[in-house]
Amino acid sequence: MVGFLGDFHLAEEATADAFAIAADRWRRDGTPANPVGWLVATARNRAIDRIRRERTLAKKTQRLEVPEATVDEIDETEIEDERLELIFTCCHPALATEAQVALTLRALGGLTTEEIARAFLISEETMKRRLSRAKLKIKQAGIPFTVPADHLLPDRLHAVLAVIYLIFNQGYSGRGDLAAEAIRLGDVLASLMPDEPEAKGLLALMLIHHARRRARYSGQDLVLLGDQDRSLWDAGGIAAGREQLDRALALRGRGPYVLQAAVASLQTDERIDWSEIAALYERLAEITGSPVVELNRAVAVAQKGDTYRALEIVDALDLPGYRYLHSTRAELLRRVGRREEARTAFERALALTVSEPERRFLVRQIAKL
Amino acid sequence: MKYALLIYDQPGSHEALPDQEREAVYAEYFELSRDSRCVGGAQLHPVETATTVEVKNGTALTTDGPFADTKEVFGGYYMFDVANLDEALELAARIPSARLGGKVEVRPIVEQPS
Repeated sequence: MVGFLGDFHLAEEATADAFAIAADRWRRDGTPANPVGWLVATARNRAIDRIRRERTLAKKTQRLEVPEATVDEIDETEIEDERLELIFTCCHPALATEAQVALTLRALGGLTTEEIARAFLISEETMKRRLSRAKLKIKQAGIPFTVPADHLLPDRLHAVLAVIYLIFNQGYSGRGDLAAEAIRLGDVLASLMPDEPEAKGLLALMLIHHARRRARYSGQDLVLLGDQDRSLWDAGGIAAGREQLDRALALRGRGPYVLQAAVASLQTDERIDWSEIAALYERLAEITGSPVVELNRAVAVAQKGDTYRALEIVDALDLPGYRYLHSTRAELLRRVGRREEARTAFERALALTVSEPERRFLVRQIAKL
Repeated sequence: MKYALLIYDQPGSHEALPDQEREAVYAEYFELSRDSRCVGGAQLHPVETATTVEVKNGTALTTDGPFADTKEVFGGYYMFDVANLDEALELAARIPSARLGGKVEVRPIVEQPS
């Protein structure tokens, strides 16, 4: 609807109209054969009606009559195309990241403004302002409702994936409903772009992480991968994630999300192949140049038994404010028997952490030294 | 839609180029201005030539400058009539100043009711 009308506000009003008419008419005449098509067609007609009414009022002439929905004029493909266009509009880099996230949840996730505000711990009033500012910018700045041209697509798709993953991680660090919402969005994107391996890679990554959510905490305490109770993992979720990963690999996907999903998949194996994981992180570090990925590689290198090499990798990183650098370094120092240095590093991590379960975890580690 | 592409130069960035490169860069500016979608624009003389006017209590106050220590200085603009923001952003990325330490601000133009 938004794509068709080029106006968020009008689309929302018209869609609300269509649902109201549907509630009335479907009860009387029964549900139509193509309910979504019916709703879209009705909403379009209502929108045209609204536009005409405004124009007519301005001219002080008589209101034009608009016929009710002509059903089945709009097929499923067209609706799907519009959804994809809408995703790219909501995640347009001309909008601030926080606005992209809010718009995506509002327009595609179907969350209410109040629900989004609650998820991001801000007032509904602030979220309402953020959304209206974003909608106004789309309209005034002429942000298009289109899937970007081929030469722009890789960058723009990356922005879309980043927004969905950001929503997922908000949920992952506590708010489960957002993680599920992100998976739903990822699923929509993957099916709208069936030839795009990175979309499948992101979906696979989220599904596998999400499948382990119940094992990540014991009560309020954080449980590391090696200590997790595997019977708490959701086997169906892991299988679904692996299926997406296989499809992404079959499409010759080797991008950052596919690589991360491959790591997550390997980590669910009974006997984890840490050499393979270290190799995947090395490829990921080459693509992203991210020191955080290097840190993960160091962990994999340590897990396969080469603690000294892992320590070398960690010591070469420049991430002084990153708490996981210090906690990883601390654990490596502990393993090679440099206990005092390990304590200092754990304490630096402790000073940087903002999460209560992490704080308790670090305190336990220091006590064990 | 019409957009203004406001060019903020890194002072001295164009002058510092070797002759041949500078000529190539100016040719790029010229080519943009000859694009059929270009509906206006101007290159400004350096900021040293600027004069500022302020009206206070009905009196015009004229000062030399400004010579604020800003990193980038407004150096000129284009106006383009294009389909949407994406097209405007692509044109903005082609403006040499954007890769010579400067920035291009893309602003939609208010359409006057006809």
